[in-house]
Amino acid sequence: MKLFMKRWMSSMVLMVVLANFSQAQIRVSGITKDNRGHVLGGTNITLKGTYDGAVSDSTGKFSFKTFEKGDFIIEAKNLGYKTVQQKVTITNDAVTINFSLKEEVTELAAVSVTAGSFEASDRKRAATVLSSLDIVTTANANGDISSAVKTLPGAQQIGEQEGLFVRGGASYETKQFIDGTAVNNPYFTSVQDIAQRGRFSPFLFKGTVFTTGGYSALYGEALSAALILESIDLPDQSQATASLSPLFVGAGLQELAKDKKSSWGINYGYTNVALYFQVVKQTPDYFTMPEFHTADANFRIKTKHGGMIKYYTTFSHNVLGLRRPNIDSSNYKNAFGLQNNNWYNNLSWKENLGKGWKMNLGASFSTNGDVISQQIQNQFNQPAFTGALYIDSLNFNLNSRQDLSQIKAVFEKRISGISTFRFGSEYWYSVVNAKYSTLFYNITNYNSRLIDNLTAAFAEADLYITNGLAAKIGGRFEQSSLINKTNFAPRISLAYRTGKDAQMSMAYGEFYQKPENTQLYYTTNLGFTKATHYIINYQKMNKDYTFRVEAFYKKYDALVKTYPAIDNSGSGYAQGVELFWRDKKTIKGLDYWISYSYLDTKRDYLYFPQQLQPNFAASHTASVVAKKFITDWKAGINFSYTYATGRPYYFMLPNSTQTKYIIKDQGTTIPYNNMSLSFEYLPNLGKKNAKTFLVLFASVTNVLNYNAVYGYNYSHDGSIKQAITPPANQFFFIGCFFSWGVDRSQDAINNNL
Amino acid sequence: MKKIISFFIAFIILQLAATAQGEAYTKKMQQTLLMFDSAKTVQDLQEVSATFERIGDVEKTQWLPYYYAALCQTNIGWMDTKTDKDQLAEHTLAIIAKADALSPNNSEVFCLKSMIATQQMLVDPQSRFMKYGAASTEALTKAKLADASNPRPYYLEGANIFNTPVAYGGGKERAKPIFEKAMALFNAAKPLPLYPSWGKKQTADMLAQCQ
Repeated sequence: MKLFMKRWMSSMVLMVVLANFSQAQIRVSGITKDNRGHVLGGTNITLKGTYDGAVSDSTGKFSFKTFEKGDFIIEAKNLGYKTVQQKVTITNDAVTINFSLKEEVTELAAVSVTAGSFEASDRKRAATVLSSLDIVTTANANGDISSAVKTLPGAQQIGEQEGLFVRGGASYETKQFIDGTAVNNPYFTSVQDIAQRGRFSPFLFKGTVFTTGGYSALYGEALSAALILESIDLPDQSQATASLSPLFVGAGLQELAKDKKSSWGINYGYTNVALYFQVVKQTPDYFTMPEFHTADANFRIKTKHGGMIKYYTTFSHNVLGLRRPNIDSSNYKNAFGLQNNNWYNNLSWKENLGKGWKMNLGASFSTNGDVISQQIQNQFNQPAFTGALYIDSLNFNLNSRQDLSQIKAVFEKRISGISTFRFGSEYWYSVVNAKYSTLFYNITNYNSRLIDNLTAAFAEADLYITNGLAAKIGGRFEQSSLINKTNFAPRISLAYRTGKDAQMSMAYGEFYQKPENTQLYYTTNLGFTKATHYIINYQKMNKDYTFRVEAFYKKYDALVKTYPAIDNSGSGYAQGVELFWRDKKTIKGLDYWISYSYLDTKRDYLYFPQQLQPNFAASHTASVVAKKFITDWKAGINFSYTYATGRPYYFMLPNSTQTKYIIKDQGTTIPYNNMSLSFEYLPNLGKKNAKTFLVLFASVTNVLNYNAVYGYNYSHDGSIKQAITPPANQFFFIGCFFSWGVDRSQDAINNNL
Repeated sequence: MKKIISFFIAFIILQLAATAQGEAYTKKMQQTLLMFDSAKTVQDLQEVSATFERIGDVEKTQWLPYYYAALCQTNIGWMDTKTDKDQLAEHTLAIIAKADALSPNNSEVFCLKSMIATQQMLVDPQSRFMKYGAASTEALTKAKLADASNPRPYYLEGANIFNTPVAYGGGKERAKPIFEKAMALFNAAKPLPLYPSWGKKQTADMLAQCQ
């Protein structure tokens, strides 16, 4: 038995060995190409179920030998292409088999539409335009998002008013969106001739998209531009922070749960400029020093299926009071007082619903209350009655409140490949109340109240025809109950790859916006204002540099006229060319960008007698921003220079028949120049065991002390003309920021590795 | 009796076939590892990686072929500075997922993940450090937890620190003790046949640079 087994086994082994050696190896060879007939190297060829196969060389050829016989499946795989399988029968003859592989459209390889939009996040590609760190290290921005965005092409350098004035548009034509929903009061309450800061810190956001036109159908109620801010998800680590400066103090706490699935945080800050204003003289006489209390809180929860629920709330209270000479009579002063309370809430929920479906829900609620008063005072700062109506009528009290509640739902479905269809709806409920009193017209508590239900529905498809050709087609429908009007806005954009890292984009879109509340107080018998955008853009971008050039034409229709009658008979246009260049590579350690905008715009709106270049539009604007971090010094130095040609200004009065305004005086201001510097010093950088991480920060705007003139104010009859200038030519800042629990050197390494 | 004998024979044949298959696997792996050692160009590495992948697809239960296929890809990432690291990472992580499924919580697989994250970070450290730098470190921590005697996580950690500027807590002085720890583990390591054993020479080179 044993013997039999042994023999049997050895004969078996012999047979197997003989079988292997008696058979000749068969050569399998061929060529792989793409569907356009170009040879395709690096294709992985496999005889399925065996170890045998090869990789095609740079000429597309492959070849391998096999002992296998019979029917097999042979597979060709290549990154970025769809895998192809073919049946093959291997007999005693050499086999030739060729493959043609079809390109696969993938998110990584596909072009994206860039016309009109500056995307500043890491979502898709390595190269970014503006990150939160970029914003705080932009020398003239002092941590204000909008100020940093103004160094990009398309935005004007306006110093007498907050907001973004984009491509010939007024500031209210730009809307800010946080996690999908619009923000009603993104800036602190306006003070005449003094620009206010934005309410939100750049560190709240992981991505900033600045679109100067042609944007998605998901966003509405903005004629010119959208600043789309996406808040951060979970923080990297728990930490406590504190900040200290002659201008403010602040403290915060951010707690990340142990399982890293949720977090919460709170912050408080107090700003008082009294000390600063004692050292740096301001033109106005402040009788109530600007003082701000701000508090915010947040929580973020990661859901089971990779979704995210985020809540953010912030409350602020601020006061100020200032006196400026009355322009009509040097014996009198205008004393302006302001008290503001603002509460903002944002709740959003992103979820993967499975089967290619995604959901984005957003809700926000904000309430903003202002108590504003103006009083004419004499040289002793006592209330005064002059007898001149044009002076006395400046006495007023205004008590106003704006509430906005919004809900928005967006559903998204993958249709084929990476092509996506999304649709949704939003609803805005806004209530505006204003109580106005002025003694000299005998008006007491004149109550204006506006309630609007704005409903919108939108749909949009991202179509990827190939990796090199993409289209975005969408439409938006809106209805406002207040003006009882509807509109439909089609939007379309295309992107085409022209070469490595280079692409052309085009965009067309119609944009509608409700008239401003100040106009709706007079009549609600108005229609939507309208802008039509045409944009063409060329962009070449890789991780080291970005170059883009964009030309646009924007047509305004149905702008609101307030004189001689209030109606939608206004119109206008804006056209121009913009350039942007950012380079992180050429000079080691130096990151700089240059932007230039040429703008030609005219509009007939409000009381304008004809189409005129508005006073917020300069023809040429340019910025240079540079940053360098010097590792050995643990310090960074940032530079910015902004230039804009003079802006027009006008003085107009109604003609004698009161049928139209006529221009009594006009001119152009001096050009605007601002060179700013800022420094940061991180003494504990790289100290592994340092418990405290410290950043010392200092900045000076307008280092060369250029005089700025933003426009002119006129006396009631135009006989006196006064330049509008900033309250102080320069702004100085020093501060230190502490954090505990997280090594901030990571932030700095970002700048330098 | 006959039944028993025929059953017995059938059993032997199966056993024999299995051994033959096992031998074929070992032989093919040894051959391919030799090819791996002598691979000099990206094209060579692509071919070796493809061969490892084919072995993995045939064997279905072995994690090592996928591990080596992915290791070839990370080597391509180091070698070819022009390749799109995000695309490469996507491809490599798909291979790693197969190794992961066959051998969960594997120290060597975590090392691969760390290297991929480092490569993705280096594309644009300025904006990517927070995400990919942290991912790289986290993968190394997991690698050490999964197998405290594996020298490679220490070698990779040392290399990460070595390449970080001194001012940011990197530099050779800080890297040296970690390379020394890696070297001690390399000297004590007794890798099983076909198992990863790379890194000792690199560690020695790095230690020399730390002097």
